[in-house]
Amino acid sequence: MNLFHYISDFLTDSSHWHGYDGIPHRLDQHLGYSFEALAIAAAIALPIGLVSGHTGRGGNALAVVATAGRALPSYGLLVLMFFWIGRIGLLPVMIPLVALAVPPILVTSYEAMRTVDPAPVDAARGMGMGPAAVLFQVELPVALPLILSGMRSAAIQVVSTAAIAATVSLGGLGRYIVDGYYQRNYETVAGGGALIALLALAMVGVFWILERVVVSPGVRRSN
Amino acid sequence: MSSGGNGYFDLPSDLQHSYAGLIEVHLTESLIPVGIGLAVSLPLAALCVRFRWLYPPLLWVSTILYAIPSIAFFVFLIDYTGASQTTVIIPLTVYTFVILLPAIVDGVRSVPPETLAASEAMGFNSFQRFYLVQLPNAVPAIFAGLRVATVSSISLVSIGSIIGNQGGLGNLLGDALAYHRYNLAVTSVVSIAVLGIALDVLLIGLRTLLTPWMPRGRGAARKAAIAAAVEPTDSAAPGGPGSGAKPAELEGAGR
Repeated sequence: MNLFHYISDFLTDSSHWHGYDGIPHRLDQHLGYSFEALAIAAAIALPIGLVSGHTGRGGNALAVVATAGRALPSYGLLVLMFFWIGRIGLLPVMIPLVALAVPPILVTSYEAMRTVDPAPVDAARGMGMGPAAVLFQVELPVALPLILSGMRSAAIQVVSTAAIAATVSLGGLGRYIVDGYYQRNYETVAGGGALIALLALAMVGVFWILERVVVSPGVRRSN
Repeated sequence: MSSGGNGYFDLPSDLQHSYAGLIEVHLTESLIPVGIGLAVSLPLAALCVRFRWLYPPLLWVSTILYAIPSIAFFVFLIDYTGASQTTVIIPLTVYTFVILLPAIVDGVRSVPPETLAASEAMGFNSFQRFYLVQLPNAVPAIFAGLRVATVSSISLVSIGSIIGNQGGLGNLLGDALAYHRYNLAVTSVVSIAVLGIALDVLLIGLRTLLTPWMPRGRGAARKAAIAAAVEPTDSAAPGGPGSGAKPAELEGAGR
């Protein structure tokens, strides 16, 4: 039996496809945690990164915050939050996942705004555009590909890290890994791991499509 | 090593290590992967620069490997390498490789063509050109990758505690949960974060020593560091279909 056998056995067993511990429900939980964390992280990091990139201020502070965020161990933070706030909803998982997603979004959105070619910005000003129009109609569209790449790496990491939620008795696809490990059931572990990896790869696909849709064709070509 | 106390540094005896011992285990498990990862990715990056067709498939493979959650990776490996340090070291080596390969390739590729032409005019062969010109020029980009790889390695080791006390300082987390000793969790998280930041600072210092030609001054250094950390590439194609698989900018702590 190799790894792929275990994975296919797990995925083809029909009992894994329904009920509370079924794949659809666990997938739904996993996606729920991931999207919520990403949305919160984007809401925090995007405005800060974009504004400081636009004004060129606070780059040092951002670099320090990003390094600190990277250095915090997600699992440790999860355990700590579990002690501090107990199991109040999803809060103990959200804090480590948001801390994980903020640095890439923050740094890339800052850098995206810094590296916008000044020539089109000057041209836009010369055409009589106001500061708001320059920001939203010129700088942001040009910076969008890099901003999305930061969101994408955050998404990949959040999806694969959300597995640790199961270690403090929350749900998601990580349940299969943790339960399988304690039950010495290799098939379940392999199946859960494969599902999470597939979901993380699906994020690459989602962001590829998103870029096709939201990035202006001109910006895409010039890249 | 005292046990029975309740302080931040009174470690339960089941850890079988003193605080300093845990730090040593933690550094071993996180830095060996960085070393091996660097040793593997340097020659492979050289090949990718020489044979361009090799790079996209390697990038795809590394993206797939990076998507495997570390906790699953650890548990998979228990069947082969047992609950040992090797089980923690292998996945972290893979992640290091995934971060470093694009950092090195992009860094080497972004060396200006004039520089290459000059080295050719000086009679360098391709081996000399790679090791004496391209690699030194790529040092800032390589160090940006190394910093990300080292810091995330240090924070990921803690997940090894889930597979039977193989997580260095992270083992304190398991005991914190088992004995309801909240202060052990604080010790663990703070120690790991401090360790990560200390090594990050060390790497910045080393980079400064290795690149005396780089512009000095706070602003310049910061700009260069951020530019490299984001995307060690040029300004080209941040996110085109080709870079859809580019994990170069994966700069986050752990998973």
